[in-house]
Amino acid sequence: MKPFNYLTPATVEEAVSLFGQHSETAKYIAGGTDVIVKLKDGWMEPDYLISLKKIEELSELRKNENTGDLTIGATVTHATLEKSIMIQKEYPIIYDAVSNIGSLQVRNVGTIGGNLMNAVPSADGAVPMIALDGVALIQGPGGERSVEVKDLFIEPYKTVLKPGEILKKITIPAPAPRTGSAYIKFGRRAAMELPLIGIGVLLSLDADLETCARARIVLGVAGPTPMRAYEAEKLLTGKKITEDLLRQAGEKAADESKVRDSVRGSAWHRKEMIRVQVRRMGLKCLEMIKRN
Amino acid sequence: MEKLNIILNINNKPVDVRITPNDTLLEVLRDHLDLTGSKESCGEGVCGSCTVQLDGKPVRSCLTLALEAEGLKVRTVEGLADGDKLSPLQESFVNHGAVQCGFCTPGMLMTADALLQQNTNPDEDTIKKALSGNICRCTGYSKIVEAVAHTAHPDDQCPDCASGIKSCCKTKE
Repeated sequence: MKPFNYLTPATVEEAVSLFGQHSETAKYIAGGTDVIVKLKDGWMEPDYLISLKKIEELSELRKNENTGDLTIGATVTHATLEKSIMIQKEYPIIYDAVSNIGSLQVRNVGTIGGNLMNAVPSADGAVPMIALDGVALIQGPGGERSVEVKDLFIEPYKTVLKPGEILKKITIPAPAPRTGSAYIKFGRRAAMELPLIGIGVLLSLDADLETCARARIVLGVAGPTPMRAYEAEKLLTGKKITEDLLRQAGEKAADESKVRDSVRGSAWHRKEMIRVQVRRMGLKCLEMIKRN
Repeated sequence: MEKLNIILNINNKPVDVRITPNDTLLEVLRDHLDLTGSKESCGEGVCGSCTVQLDGKPVRSCLTLALEAEGLKVRTVEGLADGDKLSPLQESFVNHGAVQCGFCTPGMLMTADALLQQNTNPDEDTIKKALSGNICRCTGYSKIVEAVAHTAHPDDQCPDCASGIKSCCKTKE
């Protein structure tokens, strides 16, 4: 690792200002499970490493009881989300995704914000945030702005954040009643593995418990960035949900995906898994809604 | 780059170390303090052999900067035994032949110890999930899982034998 100075600002303003002073030669670090690897490999060679760990407001995990909005601070660790009873009960898709990231040792320090900002196509954490219509709050030299999580990613390792900007938190609007959600990380082994394909499904039903009021189908590793399968969602919205319809949605999502061959797996295998898993995750959502 | 003096709390003792900001906790433990129990294998957070506990939570010391451990309680494999008296978990590893080449053992112990602090009577699935970030290239996993399961039951039935799922305790007799 090339030597650097390590700075620990106490506020977001201070962090942004420190970045401004050293702009070309500074990098932010949160949990470090990706950044330290990049420093060791020489992918990153900053003179100043600005740690976001000491900024208290970034580690907030809170549900607003009045509005039902969920706030997840950028430095909330995967382990904190995984262990939260509120997350387990009310946001199963978040639990499904974060509880299988890396290993326990990685989840104890790795953060949800870091998972998003690293911007790999396989980011498990991105899928639930997109499926739940999460909105990212960003602060930089020019002030604050909001971006929907689905629009955060440009290409692998690249987000819409400009130099010096910090992801502060993700806000998730109150889930509709009669909502179920599920994610599957499909890979060769359970731990320390990137998914071959990641599939997240969220379904909200009307009061008749049959008609789909809202559908979200989100895919990881199905293109250069995590993506929504809009056509597949359209196929479900407003219709009575049946297993056959979910199967058709799986077909549609596979067609929409931009999967490709890679060292981890081939495109046809990924498409097959999208077909199968969209249906299975959809059925899981329905079961959840019926149980509650 | 400037050298810094920091105080780390290692195995409940304050230790003065002179570091540079790019020193990892693992480097400081092994190269500055001669605590060579924690091992480096992959160096990128995949294998788990460098696992130590920070405030009771298992983390990868190869991905932790020494500076980040300031103010936290660092526990390494050297902190498990009480003098010459092994901890019950270490004792169980010995009794179950859970050590082959031994390179992964310190990491396995630190992860398992953290699990046992949360749950003194874990079943096999819980143990396997907890240890899934520690890789043993001798592939001696069953003995390791058995050793952890029997820590709380050195002479008795482990949870899975008690519920009839396994019979490792019976075959031992």
